Amino acid sequence: MTAPLTSLDRPNSYIGRSLPRPNAKRLLAGRGRYVSDLRLPRMLYAAFLRSPHAHAKIVSIRTDEARALEGVHLVATGADLAKICTPWTGTLDHFKGMTSAPQLPLPLDRVVWAGQAVVAVVAENRATAEDALELIEVDYEDLPIVVDIDVAREAGGPLVNPGTASNICFRSQIDSGKVDDAFAHAAHVVEEEITFGRHTAVTLEPRAIVADYDPAAGMLTVHHGTQTPYQFQDLYSRHYGIPEARVRVIATDIGGSFGMKLHVYHEDMAVVGLSILLGRPVKYVADRIESFVSDIHARDHRVRARMALDAKGEILAMDVLDLTAIGAFSTYPRTSVVEGNQVIRLIGAPYRFRNYRATLEVIFQNKVQTSQYRAVGHPIACAVTERMVDMAAVKLGLDPFAIRAQNVIPDDAYPQTSPTGYRFEALSHQACLKRLHELMNYEGLRAEQAELRKRGIYRGIGIATFVEITNPSPAFYGVGGARISSQDGAIVSLTPSGEVRCLISVTEQGQGTEAIISQIVADQLGLAQEHVKVITGDTEVTPHGGATWACRGAGIGGETALQAARALKRNILEIAALILQEQPSALDIVDGDVVDAGTRNQRMPIAEIARIAYFRSDTLPPGTQAQLTVSHHFAPQGYPFAFTNGVQGCSLEVDVDTGLIKLLKHFIVEDCGRVINPMLVDEQLRGGIVQGLGAALLEECRYSETGQLVNGSLADYLVPMPMEMPDIVIAHVETPTADTELGAKGVGEAGTAAASACVLNAVNDALAPFGAAVNSIPITPTKVLKALKRF
Amino acid sequence: MDFEETAVKARAFSYFRAATIDQALDAHARAGDDARFIAGGQSLVPALSLRLQAPRLLIDITHIAELRGIGREGAYLRIGALTRHCEMLTEPLIAEFAPLLHAAAPFVAHPAIRNRGTFGGSVALADPASEFPAMTLALDAEIEIAGASGRRRVRADEFFIDLFETALQPGELITAIYVPLFKADQRFVFDELARRRGDYALVGCGMLATFASDRIDDIRISFFSVGNRPTRAKAAEAALIGFGLDAEHIAAAQAALAGDLAPPENDEVPPAMRLHLARVLLGRLLGRLGEGA
Ligand SMILES: Cc1cc2nc3c(=O)[nH]c(=O)nc-3n(C[C@H](O)[C@H](O)[C@H](O)COP(=O)(O)OP(=O)(O)OC[C@H]3O[C@@H](n4cnc5c(N)ncnc54)[C@H](O)[C@@H]3O)c2cc1C
Repeated sequence: MTAPLTSLDRPNSYIGRSLPRPNAKRLLAGRGRYVSDLRLPRMLYAAFLRSPHAHAKIVSIRTDEARALEGVHLVATGADLAKICTPWTGTLDHFKGMTSAPQLPLPLDRVVWAGQAVVAVVAENRATAEDALELIEVDYEDLPIVVDIDVAREAGGPLVNPGTASNICFRSQIDSGKVDDAFAHAAHVVEEEITFGRHTAVTLEPRAIVADYDPAAGMLTVHHGTQTPYQFQDLYSRHYGIPEARVRVIATDIGGSFGMKLHVYHEDMAVVGLSILLGRPVKYVADRIESFVSDIHARDHRVRARMALDAKGEILAMDVLDLTAIGAFSTYPRTSVVEGNQVIRLIGAPYRFRNYRATLEVIFQNKVQTSQYRAVGHPIACAVTERMVDMAAVKLGLDPFAIRAQNVIPDDAYPQTSPTGYRFEALSHQACLKRLHELMNYEGLRAEQAELRKRGIYRGIGIATFVEITNPSPAFYGVGGARISSQDGAIVSLTPSGEVRCLISVTEQGQGTEAIISQIVADQLGLAQEHVKVITGDTEVTPHGGATWACRGAGIGGETALQAARALKRNILEIAALILQEQPSALDIVDGDVVDAGTRNQRMPIAEIARIAYFRSDTLPPGTQAQLTVSHHFAPQGYPFAFTNGVQGCSLEVDVDTGLIKLLKHFIVEDCGRVINPMLVDEQLRGGIVQGLGAALLEECRYSETGQLVNGSLADYLVPMPMEMPDIVIAHVETPTADTELGAKGVGEAGTAAASACVLNAVNDALAPFGAAVNSIPITPTKVLKALKRF
Repeated sequence: MDFEETAVKARAFSYFRAATIDQALDAHARAGDDARFIAGGQSLVPALSLRLQAPRLLIDITHIAELRGIGREGAYLRIGALTRHCEMLTEPLIAEFAPLLHAAAPFVAHPAIRNRGTFGGSVALADPASEFPAMTLALDAEIEIAGASGRRRVRADEFFIDLFETALQPGELITAIYVPLFKADQRFVFDELARRRGDYALVGCGMLATFASDRIDDIRISFFSVGNRPTRAKAAEAALIGFGLDAEHIAAAQAALAGDLAPPENDEVPPAMRLHLARVLLGRLLGRLGEGA
């Protein structure tokens, strides 16, 4: 039996097809070009002396001995770099009233977290630089430390920034309806306080940078392991006073990023300054401990939430307070309040209720900064909402699927606006719930759970619906004054041999950006994918654009490529029409050949058109100028964000004597609109889920009372490993966005968004027979045993 | 200089490869406190990279033939100090005569580390969270030490003194560990509770029991990750000797643990929780031991 033909059966139909990433083989063969591997002639190495104190005054710094050490080229303090670098402030205008202290590469007179870089040494090699660090003496005078969030909020308590009125960075409130009224008349109210620990990205390759300032040309080249080369080109230019066109940022292969590598780090800014001071390339690669104490952390929220329901289980209202502590500064240039802002705006998003009130308070403390990391705010919003829904279901005696099916926005009710002002074009909660129910064999799992409970085995089943923000417009950063682009650019050329090169502003971090761009270009132009070469990540070569953040590569970058490819195709067919004496509309391109649009009969290879246009333009009609390079920019219009949705489910087992949790199986039904490459989409979901499961059970940056990170190594900070990870079963629903021709939305954060919520619900389901509950992520054995009162 | 300049961060040191025990002891004596023996390097190298240790001289002992090999010597199995963790899994003599070490080995780190880490290094380091040092206690093993004053054998019971402190004097070398041969009337069990496979355990335990029909004639129970050093649960042992492994005596042994273990304060695992986990683990292991293990 043969399956019916689909659009995938026509030649060059790459959109919707599972294809391996063309760059995977190169990376697997060890041919990656990571910044960590880079060695330039005359290159020197930087190392940083770090503050042992969470908050202290710098009284004096003695560097003579370090300077005298053989092999040391430069010892620089905050004052040295302040002479050439202007300060930065991590605020955005649309977050009204937010404050943050100005920052410099290295501090002048005060350290504000343990691990902050204080003095830089540049030497012939890293070991010598580290030797020199041991010879530097810094005298500190302790200042009161703000670690705990409650202490930070106390009136008259110690201040992170002496001289300010409080430790509050930002406050925000949403009040969309008659919340008090709804609670007063509700048949049922559930209430809980849920805490979310700090965790961090733990990329395989740590942060890495090589800054190379050429004083003769007045040119700065920075090889930077970042997701956003254009943003850094702009920042290095403005803070070091070098014209933008003379700053080149090259971001080639990068060993993981997850949002962590799009922020300004003090060391990275310092390294640029060190190279300018020396006129030589300077390299810095964070080691693992440095990564733990200086990479951004994420989460760290405490959310108090209430939900009101009527007697039938209809959600009426939610009321939440989110307190989040972000470290000593707000991160530049994207700030540290976006996560909290997204938490309060995404809570309740899948559901129909209209009455919503939320307060967000963002607080300074003496720890490293938090900022955007994969699924910004989503896991918190999702866990809070979905825990409330499960608590309500228990209270009302409803099944978790039933209460969700009853309350989600129906699939036929779009467009919709959420009580927090988010506009949803089209989501598919009902379809996803229905699909998940079958996919996980829900009835079967429940029967098995009941059977095993009789034998003292406690399994839990959890589900969590979610909404994800993707394809952001300038509403995200641009309106706040940040020079962070939400558009992308592509330059597509037909080469003289009839192949295609695509230079595009979205970047590749291993997720397959280059793969899907080549699929889209090949599909739209009508040629084999291997004849499309995609080039990314070099501000000197690729056009300016947003690059990679917030799930935008496929949705925005993909649309840019699609439109650029279509424009090039028009130009190719115009020349072909002249040569073949046809109307362009009568022609098409299939598999690298110009064909008759109607009959598909081959007319001539596009390589022949390229040959004529490049080498025998004399044979074209007079006045013809072949345009075989096309540049195109695309900025999202219409909806400010393309929301996606989905639902996750999991099954796990709690050992009620040890508190250890075994994940048995994880499920996701996801709707990211048009799926360009199903294999890559599934990889994104799996990777995202694993990161979410790490957050749920293992990952936490733990601090002592004196503000010291106590588990800054991979022996103590637990990341998810294969042995503990369950099989992940994936299904899709496709609701393309009508805002673009491509119809793709983002998918990179969907897995992380709901995985921890799912586990939280499942653990509480498992603990239900004991009347015990956990309300804190990560769910450690300690928390489980405490809930069970086992010690 | 042709190493990757960014990767090497340890302080500079000299390196000496010893061919014999005497050479190694000699080199150490001449360098004074500023030398370290290096075996598998799986604990020492991270410490050097972190600059937690910065000796002037590393003495490589991995080429000393006398520290290698596994063989029977009378009532003992002699396990050379350089025996690697992975060999505990593959050597038939270990499986036959020291099966408790064979059972513990899969829980020690991951294959890459087991391929290099050595038994002698693990015992010398005496990490209280390590599997093998604790198992030498359960096995009533003897540690053979070579030093300036010659050779001596120290019982495991006397070897582990305090946190990373042992009967080894500075400059002394562990040459071998002697384990009494496993006998037909003996049974053993081993297990640990860890959040991830291969991690240092929250609590771990191994034991070796000699049975007279269904009654316990003798038992040695050893815990790790419960305090400053590997710890024998002598009160629990006493609660079991002379009895069968029934629910009542298992409960008595679990209760007795309070007298054996005093877990330290810890920000993540409070002492009371660790004691609870030790009891749970002990109960499960004794259950398995009763079933024949
Ligand atoms: C990621 C990771 C995970 C790990 N997980 C575990 C685990 O789960 N369980 C566990 O038990 N271990 C674990 N280890 C440690 C590992 O087992 C080490 O191999 C072991 O602790 C030390 O053995 P070594 O041969 O590597 O010693 P080295 O690192 O070479 O030396 C360690 C110390 O012992 C001294 N020394 C070595 N040999 C002798 C000798 N013959 N006589 C006197 N002194 C000597 C050295 O001078 C040094 O001070 C882990 C290590 C790593 C890197």
